[in-house]
Formats: sequence, C-alpha cells, structure tokens
Amino acid sequence: MSLTLYDKIWSAHVVANEEPGVDLLYIDRQLLHEVSSPQAFEILREKGIQPRRPEAQLGLADHAVPTRHRDRPIADPLARAQVDRHAANCFAFGIRYLELEDVRQGIVHVVGPEQGFTLPGMTLVCGDSHTATQGAFGALAFGIGASEVGCVLATQTLRQRKAKRMRVTIDGKLGPHVSAKDLILAIVGRLGAAGATGHAIEYAGSTVRGLSMEARMTLCNMSIEAGSRTGLIAPDDICFEYLSGRPMAPAGSLWDAALADWRALASDDEATFDSEIAIDATALEPQVSWGTSPDQVTGIGGAVPEPTNARARAALDYMGLVAGTPLDRVAIDHVFIGSCTNGRIEDLRAAAAILAGRTIADGVQAIVVPGSGLVKRQAEREGLDTIFRAAGFEWRDAGCSLCVAMNDDRLQPGERCASTSNRNFEGRQGIGARTHLMSPAMAAAAAVTGRLSDVRRLAC
Amino acid sequence: MTPFTTFTAVSASLPDADVDTDIIYPARFLLITEKKGLGRYAFYEKRFDPAGAERPDFLLNRKPFREAGIIVAGANFGCGSSREQAPWALADLGIRCIIAPSFGEIFFGNCFKNGMLPIVLDGEPLARLRADAEAGAMLTVDLDTCLVIRPTGDPIAFTVDPWRREALLNGWDEVSTILARRSDDIAAFERHQQLARPWLWQRDAQENDAHG
Ligand code: SF4
Repeated sequence: MSLTLYDKIWSAHVVANEEPGVDLLYIDRQLLHEVSSPQAFEILREKGIQPRRPEAQLGLADHAVPTRHRDRPIADPLARAQVDRHAANCFAFGIRYLELEDVRQGIVHVVGPEQGFTLPGMTLVCGDSHTATQGAFGALAFGIGASEVGCVLATQTLRQRKAKRMRVTIDGKLGPHVSAKDLILAIVGRLGAAGATGHAIEYAGSTVRGLSMEARMTLCNMSIEAGSRTGLIAPDDICFEYLSGRPMAPAGSLWDAALADWRALASDDEATFDSEIAIDATALEPQVSWGTSPDQVTGIGGAVPEPTNARARAALDYMGLVAGTPLDRVAIDHVFIGSCTNGRIEDLRAAAAILAGRTIADGVQAIVVPGSGLVKRQAEREGLDTIFRAAGFEWRDAGCSLCVAMNDDRLQPGERCASTSNRNFEGRQGIGARTHLMSPAMAAAAAVTGRLSDVRRLAC
Repeated sequence: MTPFTTFTAVSASLPDADVDTDIIYPARFLLITEKKGLGRYAFYEKRFDPAGAERPDFLLNRKPFREAGIIVAGANFGCGSSREQAPWALADLGIRCIIAPSFGEIFFGNCFKNGMLPIVLDGEPLARLRADAEAGAMLTVDLDTCLVIRPTGDPIAFTVDPWRREALLNGWDEVSTILARRSDDIAAFERHQQLARPWLWQRDAQENDAHG
C-alpha cells in the first residue's frame, strides 16, 4: 500500500489502537516552556509520579522573559515567579533546562532544531501551537494543551485521532525579496483560518525542495494559522546537512543508521491525499495582512479590501482602516523583527540587507529580537547588529517578545506595527494594538519608509 | 475530573467566527500559573472597559446570559494558541458545553480534559439551537444519549468520539487510564524502538553513563 510521510511516521509510533481512527501514540520528545508547563508538573505531583523519560524532555523559558537587562533579575514579579518555577520544576524532576544566561536559550521552536533535539521521523510535542515549525525536519510535530503536556511527562504517550492528509505543492521560482513568509501568508489566505482543520499538511514541490531549513521552518510554522496542527516536509540532503554535527543529533555509527532510516521518509509516489492544493510561486508578490486573522491577507500592490461580511467589517474597524486605501499608504509606528516564524539567522540577514546604508523613518520604533542566543551571536559575528543599530533598530536578547506581548515589550492602543510574527489577533501585541504580518525584508522596508511598502521598489 | 452526564443551563449565542484563544484568555494573564479562578479573565477585553468596569454591550454581561452554561458559538471557535487557560477560564465561568460548526483543534481537545463538552453541529440543527440561545433558553445536553434537548422538548442528535464520551461520562482522567491500561504496551513499544531506532535513545544512554 502506498503511504504518505504522515502515515509512515504515525504508524511507526502506534503503541495501541484505541478505536477506529484513534491510536495511543508514542511521543519521542517534548519541549517545555514556562507558560504551559507549571500545571503539567502539578499533575505529576498530584499523582506522586516521576516523568517516564526525563531525558526525552528539554525545558527553557521564552514567552515571559524580558529582552533587555538580562543581567538583572526579571523586574515583573509574576514573570520572575513563572520562570523561576519552571526552572525549579525542571530541576526537581531531572529535566535538562537551559538557563536564561545560557547562549542556547531562545524560543522553543528555534532552539529544538538548532540543538538537533528535533530529528526526522520522530514525534515531538510542546504545549505550544507553533510546534508545527519543527515538522520542517520531517518530524510529526504538533502543539498540545497543558493537560496533554502532563500526560506526555507521565506516560510518554497521547491518544490522538489520525488526521486527514493534505498536500500543498509549490512550484516555480520565487521572485527577488519574496520569501517563505510570503508563501505561507498566501497559503493561509487561500485556505482560510480553518481551511486545514483536521488535516496534516505536507508541503512539497520544487520550490520547497529549494528552500533552506530556516525557510522551511517559516513555512511549516504557520500551518496552525490555516487550522492544521501539523506541517511536514520530507527530509532531504539540505535537512541532513543542517542536522549533521548539531549537539543533540546522533553521531558516528548512530548517525549512519539514522540517515539510512531518514532517507525512506517521503510520501510514496502513488500515495493519495484527502486534498491537494497547487501554488505557483512565480507570480507571488510580497504579502501583508490587513485584518485581525492571518487569513485576511493580500499582496502589497493591493488595497484594503471592501468588507464582504461582518467579520471583515469588524476587522477593518479594529484596524482603523478604510476599504479602498492602497496598502502602501498605511503608516506604521512600530516594527518588530523576530518570533519563531522569522527570528532565525536568515531572517535577520534578509532584513539587514535592506537596512544596510539606510535609516528608519522618523517616529518609528523598531526592535530586533533574535530567536535564540545562538542566532544573536551568529548575527553579531556577521556584523548584522551593527547594521540594525546604525539604521535605528534596538538590538535585543532572545525570546518571544512582541509576538505575544507577555513580557514588557508591548504596544499602546491604536499603535500600528509591521511585524514578522504569525498572529494579528486583536490585542496580540498589546490592548488595541494593530498588527500587520509580513516578511523580514518587508518589515525592514516599512521601517525605512514609515509605511507598508513594497520592498522590491526600495531594493532596486 | 468532574463527570459530564447531563447538563442543563441557560444558553447564549456568540456567533462571531474565529474567536481565538487570545480573545477568550488574553496573553497578559498567562503569567498566572494557577488553573483555578481564571473566570474573571475570560473574554477580558470584551467584557471590561480599560477602567475595569463591565461593558454593558457584551452579551455575557447581560441577563439572562450572565448565567450561561452553554455557548452556541461561531465557526472555528478557540482557534490560535494552545493555551489551556482558555477552557479553564470558561469552565470557571460555569460554561461546560460549547456548540459550534467547527473548533480550533487544540482547544477542542483541551475541553475534554477539563470536563467540558464541545459539540460540532451545523446547518438546520445549529440554526435551531442558535435561535434558542439568542433567546437565552435553557438547553439540556445529555451525553448518555448524545442529544441536546430544546425547551420545546425537541431533541437534536450529536456525535462524539466514543473514547472521549466514555472518559467524560465517568470523569476519568487520561493519565490514570493510560497507566492502568497501557503500561505494558508502552514498555513493549520502547523495547522495540530502542533496537529499531537507537539514536532516539542516545540521550538516555548518555545520561545513564554520566550517572553510572
Ligand atoms: S514566538 Fe510567538 S508564536 Fe512563537 S512560540 Fe513565542 S509566542 Fe508563540
């Protein structure tokens, strides 16, 4: 029988069949961050049990951490208590924890791959909906709630209903300054916020094969914005090269054995999918969101659309936008470059390439928050921090920051932000704040002009 | 977990599509590490003005909807973040059943872990329940028979995964069930995987070496 990549990873992890379509699935690894873990550790305490495999877990703090003054204790007492509690829980239960001072600390979905904790063919979970990011390695990676985090700590398993399979095939060459972020925004726009609910998406096609691992992670990251918990890409030489030599990746003869196994991780030629979408990358222009849901998105050459339903009207009202306004006339107050969508080294390079020799517009506040301490260090080696600073950006420490506004990075009501993050929900970057999602290069262009702008005009 | 058998409560209609978990439970309250007492933060920005006073235009601030225990929601309810604070906060408000054409998947799963029942319904059955909810009618949800009983006595059938239904009816918690029923299967799986894919066990081996 012909199988998809998803079927193969799934069936390699079935512990027991529970009922038709529902299996008890073995979970190989779990990442633990400070927000979704405290209540999960309480489950262990209530039951008086230990984690089944502490070595299969990795803990760190990212959501609540400040991105400035890391040498001082966290000022917000609630955030400090949350981070301290997470560290203490990891310590008490024998789980490896990356301290805030550790250069490897960062956003879970950046750190997992960077450390080689995330490997092809494995099942990996985190109490975080953007876990799908890590499906870029051909891992079955998905987000879960805190109760399930506790279940994985205690049993290393989860009951799951098998999803339907969707393939998104992307072909054609991306134009200059058009990136994986533009692709995924366009895909989410086309599918709708619930278009892939109940499905596991596999991204395929020549465009995907040509993407770096960083770009593939950007693509898989926003699968949840189309409703899917899982985004998958078959691992190939680009993937293996990225993983080779990573601290937690196998080495020596184990690497050879793993590689032989991983090479079989692809959907069979004859495999069928429950739904198929084809995307032509050639004609794609840079994308910008205009509403309060990530599927409310259009090309930068377009205008704020005429609302066709109550949802769109409410979105325009919240965003303070008038239908028919060309998008590149919309002025912005803030720029945020970072997050698990676009906080990796290539993202910083793409933004810096636009910013070199330029400065940000008067009145605009702009920050760069690298996805991890290692991304930050690499960027500094390449001199990117100097470019950002010279342009007028603040250069911060790693964390989620303005993607979720749980730390002290927060916008004021009515402020408008060009953001490389993944959600433009009401209040996501602060109460009443307005978010436009875009790529790092587009965010850099917006910083320079002070309004949403087509980076391709600026660049030439 | 509190069993869910039959549940009778006032219903309220929140028809907006794509009500995300950031709306249900704003991120700034995620710094709270408790699971109890989160109801006061539910729909915070919609329920309260910047000074903290109730917004009279928000449905759940009005009678009889303040007492609502059943929400008839719009499509894709609970999309976005995986935060389980969203169902915890709703449960703390007394909401134990949400009926919608579709749900955010992680939110959907999280509800069952907390004695809450999300029901997927669409078309004519949903329209009838929405009309009831707009009037703040009492609905009865019977998980044993998988029926929602309207005030007229007219029943509307729904379906739910058998394993989830059984767990809710009995108030079983998942961890205990898995440990009681599947410990041997898990151990057998692990023995097999250690041989078939030893690189997935490399860290365990390193740790043991370091300790031993
Ligand atoms: S960067 Fe944003 S989306 Fe990613 S894990 Fe952090 S809060 Fe979630």
